[in-house]
Amino acid sequence: MQRQNVIVVGGGLAGLMAAVRIAEQNFHVDLFSLVPVRRSHSVCAQGGINAAVNTKGEGDSPWEHFDDTIYGGDFLANQTPVKRMCEAAPGIIYLFDRMGVMFNRTDEGLLDFRRFGGTKYHRTAFAGATTGQQLLYALDEQVRRYEAAGRVTKFEGWEFLSAIADDAGVCRGVVAADLVSGEVRAFPGRAVILATGGLGMIFGKSTNSVINTGAAAGSVYTQGARFANGEFIQVHPTAIPGPDKLRLMSESARGEGGRVWVPRNGERWYFLEEMYPAYGNLVPRDIASRAIFDVCVNQGLGVDGKNQVYLDLTHIPADELEVKLGGILEIYRKFMGDDPAKVPMKVFPAVHYSMGGLWVDYDQMTAIPGLFAAGECEYQYHGANRLGANSLLSCIYGGQVAGQKAMEWALDKAPDTDPTRHGELEATRQREFLDRIRSMDGDENPYVLHRELGEVMTENVTVVRHNDRLDATLERIAEFKERWTNLRPPDNGARANQSLHFARQLYYMLELAHVITLGARLRDESRGAHYKPEFPDRDDERFLKTTLAAYTADGPRIDYEDVDIQYIPPRPRKYDVDKKETMG
Amino acid sequence: MSRTVRLRIRRQDGPDAPSRWEEFAVPHYPHMNVITCLQEIQRNPVDAQGKATTPVVWDCNCLEEVCGACTMVINGRARQACSALVDDLPQPIVLEPLSKFPLIRDLMVDRTVMFENLKRIKGWVPIDGTYDLGPGPRLAEKRRQFGYRLSRCMTCGCCMEACPQVNRRTNFIGPAALAQALYFNISPIGRSLAEERLEAIMGDGGITECGNAQNCVKVCPKEVPLTTAIAKLNGDTTWYFLRNWFQR
Repeated sequence: MQRQNVIVVGGGLAGLMAAVRIAEQNFHVDLFSLVPVRRSHSVCAQGGINAAVNTKGEGDSPWEHFDDTIYGGDFLANQTPVKRMCEAAPGIIYLFDRMGVMFNRTDEGLLDFRRFGGTKYHRTAFAGATTGQQLLYALDEQVRRYEAAGRVTKFEGWEFLSAIADDAGVCRGVVAADLVSGEVRAFPGRAVILATGGLGMIFGKSTNSVINTGAAAGSVYTQGARFANGEFIQVHPTAIPGPDKLRLMSESARGEGGRVWVPRNGERWYFLEEMYPAYGNLVPRDIASRAIFDVCVNQGLGVDGKNQVYLDLTHIPADELEVKLGGILEIYRKFMGDDPAKVPMKVFPAVHYSMGGLWVDYDQMTAIPGLFAAGECEYQYHGANRLGANSLLSCIYGGQVAGQKAMEWALDKAPDTDPTRHGELEATRQREFLDRIRSMDGDENPYVLHRELGEVMTENVTVVRHNDRLDATLERIAEFKERWTNLRPPDNGARANQSLHFARQLYYMLELAHVITLGARLRDESRGAHYKPEFPDRDDERFLKTTLAAYTADGPRIDYEDVDIQYIPPRPRKYDVDKKETMG
Repeated sequence: MSRTVRLRIRRQDGPDAPSRWEEFAVPHYPHMNVITCLQEIQRNPVDAQGKATTPVVWDCNCLEEVCGACTMVINGRARQACSALVDDLPQPIVLEPLSKFPLIRDLMVDRTVMFENLKRIKGWVPIDGTYDLGPGPRLAEKRRQFGYRLSRCMTCGCCMEACPQVNRRTNFIGPAALAQALYFNISPIGRSLAEERLEAIMGDGGITECGNAQNCVKVCPKEVPLTTAIAKLNGDTTWYFLRNWFQR
């Protein structure tokens, strides 16, 4: 009799939600995470989580939430799962409230809600400006409860290397490495959920944490999972530039009344309010980022002649700012030395989120049977552009679905044959790969190569995309792949060898960079975050389709799949006018 | 010649290996922090004398002082490397690992004990299940704000490093876990385990080990009201003890 367990890889919101859902039904979870789960990247989410509970008498509803999400995503998201997510959202907020999350309250002691981009409703629940951290802690605590009860076993400080597949191609477990001892081991599992987050590190500097390399998703992509809509990369309009990281300044700053401007002819030009009178500073992120980019790069109007604009909170009372936005004010004060309550912040767009990710079906299962995915590492909920405060929701909702469906798979469908032999074969393959990197004797430093990759990707595959530059980028990626074979990892130590594992992650970053860039090159239209001046319009006839990348040794093979549009017919997306005016 | 940043870093290949000092000089640029210096060394692992070495091993993740990973001792003080701005620090900048936790390698330590302590105090809200059971209890905003200040603890270890009572001779649970005990005890649903938590912190290594040095609250990067929390718990445990005594 095999052990009845589900393996969850990733300790952010999606992974922990899946783990709790499984453990509470008396099933065992083996939980793998690069870092102690309480330090996962979900802690960086600031502004809040969306749910249409309509406590402000505005007539909001899950349907409005659904419509805003589909419209904001420029109709690329499959509508069925998005509708289900929006319907589940109020229950999710209540669940986290019961778990003890310190959501801000109204005078009456009810949950408070604020505005966010791409909607006219107060729909975003928040805990100061550290909502992701607070939600993650709540789940971390629930997982600890089940860990204490013996139903969750944690493997923190272990890196997922690959999935174990049997002869029929069914996922039967994972191979992982202990990042301290270097041990590589096979772990059988009745089902596996990947909840391994985003891939911002491919762009060098971003708002992401340093663990967000996308390597886990990249690894299973090379094993046969499909990668969908890779070219849709969200560039957040407001981050603080820094030499090591681009630190997010939450959209909630604008949700609470913050205004974006640059000096022009001796006056303040509130360009978002002028260009988009209906939504003003709360246009979706792709639109705000393009506007800021245009004002700074094309019109040369950046503050102090640099690529930066003002994000101004100084007109809002300081005590209100502290209660609602304290977390981001603290970041700005500590890292920039100025107080945003007194002087306007200087910000510029930064790579923030991947709408694309592993292709999954409505049960969150990837193209590899028995392998599920949830959270930012999959593609399902945001289409061509994600609305602010929908990511925490999609992580939690996706985690719930993945947890439930993976457990059902483990009970009903997982094969009963012994997976040990396949596990050992896969572990050997992974040991050989690491040994190959360890014995490389070239002259490339992996960290230097990574910086170059990031610069090229940020320069060419973010806000504005041109086909000639994308072609040149594809050539550069081929060159980087060649240079990767000529590495010399700068550390030969056996213990906690971080550069060895970084070199391995870089291999998969290059694979996904290829997927992202080729997807962008082939999509000759503009939709959501994907903008080509040569093709400025959305082209539903050719490209109302999900991009599907399949791995081959010669690079990604790209196919397209129809989008589920059964509830809301596509309509033009315009934020200068009210949404109602776009409905025929 | 362009400006450089000088660093002195205590290195150690493993818990049983001897420690050594290495010195580095890395290029300076604006808004640089200690992480940026360590990243420069990753790209060019050469010491100040021009001798090749290995990249320094350290923990980091979010780089915006919200995950708690990159705590180390910087110029004698426990703090996060990401928010330690080079221009605010005298040079050479001296980096050492936290001393109160088992060393893994270089600046990386094992803080598992802090998470284990959260188990000791039953640091969770015992909800019935994750299904939709309707709205949670109402909560006054003022009370919420105090809870939020406690809940921002990122388990970084600064308070443990600074506390003289956290040492090899005691098994003091430390300020962070105590404050979390209060956090759950004031939570509308979490308080149902309040007595079990008080029992837990009244035992060996519990609240009576606190020597009231008040170092913890001074070094906490998130300004968690640690000493306020410990004082409140002192009162709660006393009442709990007396009540049990009278009921005997």
